[in-house]
Amino acid sequence: MQPDPTPEAMLSVRGLKKVYQTDGGDIEAVRNLTFDLRAGELVCLVGPSGSGKTTLLKCISGLMAPTEGEVLLDGKRVSGPPKKMAVVFQEYGRSLFPWMRVRDNVELPLKNQGVPKAERDKLVDEALEAVGLAHVPRSYPWQLSGGMQQRVAIARAIAYQPEVLLMDEPFAAVDAQTRADLEDLIRTIWKKFGVTVLFVTHDIDESVYLGERVIILSSSPTVVQEDIVIDLPVDRDQLETRSLPRFTELRHHVYEQIQLAKKGHRPAAAGSPADSTAGSAAG
Amino acid sequence: MKALKTLGYVLALPVLLILLWWVSTLGAVNFFVPTPASLVGKFGQVWFGPRFLSDVLPSVGRLLVGVVAAIVIGVVGGVLIGSVRWLRALLEPVLEFFRAIPPPVLVPVLILLMGITDTMKIAVIISGCVWPVLLNTIEGVRAVDGVLSDSAHTYGIDGWARVRYLVLPSASPQILAGVRQSLSLGLILMVISEMFASSSGLGFTIVQFQRSFAIPEMWSGIVVLGLLGVSMSFIFQWAERNILRWYNGQKEVENAA
Repeated sequence: MQPDPTPEAMLSVRGLKKVYQTDGGDIEAVRNLTFDLRAGELVCLVGPSGSGKTTLLKCISGLMAPTEGEVLLDGKRVSGPPKKMAVVFQEYGRSLFPWMRVRDNVELPLKNQGVPKAERDKLVDEALEAVGLAHVPRSYPWQLSGGMQQRVAIARAIAYQPEVLLMDEPFAAVDAQTRADLEDLIRTIWKKFGVTVLFVTHDIDESVYLGERVIILSSSPTVVQEDIVIDLPVDRDQLETRSLPRFTELRHHVYEQIQLAKKGHRPAAAGSPADSTAGSAAG
Repeated sequence: MKALKTLGYVLALPVLLILLWWVSTLGAVNFFVPTPASLVGKFGQVWFGPRFLSDVLPSVGRLLVGVVAAIVIGVVGGVLIGSVRWLRALLEPVLEFFRAIPPPVLVPVLILLMGITDTMKIAVIISGCVWPVLLNTIEGVRAVDGVLSDSAHTYGIDGWARVRYLVLPSASPQILAGVRQSLSLGLILMVISEMFASSSGLGFTIVQFQRSFAIPEMWSGIVVLGLLGVSMSFIFQWAERNILRWYNGQKEVENAA
């Protein structure tokens, strides 16, 4: 049995398991994941490549049904994309509507929800302002750089006023300088809007820099390898925070855990006793 | 200046061809090939009169009704078949069969079923024009990007909103490619539907002229068909440019990268 979710949990993943059925046999992408996010937390999820991060995110966002276990959002079981959740995907070029201008892209989910025009305008303006794109509402997404397109996707997500914001390796496809700017943008938005953020990444530095907590995943079939608190100051700075000795320690620690995960090491409590050796071959 | 240049490109070859025709028919006596001057004379005489109302307008009307109906049926059917997997599996072999039937052979059948009516002629046009639109729409609907579809889904854009904001715009390049084919097919089928047991229309009139050896008149009818085709093509291109502005722009950016 899974432990009960903590009472104040905004997002709760309980014993999640996902098995893909293919012609070549079953593939167990996620074995048994249990973790909670409190309201207003910013948590990074980091794991070796192929550790089922995207599968997990699809289950959390209601795009895919888990094989076993459940996802609770604010105490309610997720069975389809919930209204209180927004997702930012890695592929910014394929997540915005190319036939709509920037403003219309941000506005569409609100329009579809029947939000009145005046309120819609206010939310869209606020969101575009927050991501620093108030000057390009009439452009089409493909006229913008990759980093700016991802900003549009973030603006669309926050205009939607979600309680939980899921981000699936959102900065994996942008250049290093843009990425640093976007990381700071996420921290700013998180503080400003008080939204609960689950940020999935394969980048160890990014996870430590951004998160208040980092959940490290094992290699496939996936369980939680470790769940650590990032006790860095709330105000973070690309230069200062990254040169703190504590940042280096945490980064080392996460790095070591990922290396262990890649070698097939699994935490003692993972899975049932019968399959403790079965998982180590995969990865 | 730019407009003049464009106009020059558009008109250069037609003017050259007419000149060539004029020179090669100078002093010619072939009964079946009229000179440009006699054709122009006949053209005005034949088409700017009662024939415009009795033959040209009804033909064009049937063509428009037929093509528009084919587009509507093709797009609605294509969205349905493209979105519903079991429907596609069920219908696809049958669609291939019906698509393979040349529409002109349906004319006698439709005459028997519907009589020599406007409805029959429109049905002939639809029976041919619907396929390019239908099959292209199915392809376009199936090719909707997975990430875009997930994005729409997470924001609760489902059902009719999904069709309107995601599926139709996303499939519009393919749909319009189908419409382009339908337009030229429609013109051909319009003429064919009027050649069998008909009493009015462009196709009927051209055949009548040919049978009564009114050769310049016959040629002038062919010119009318050509002009009709060209104007349809221009209107289509204008519409396509406006609808697919995003698509062409995106492609330009991708090619430049």
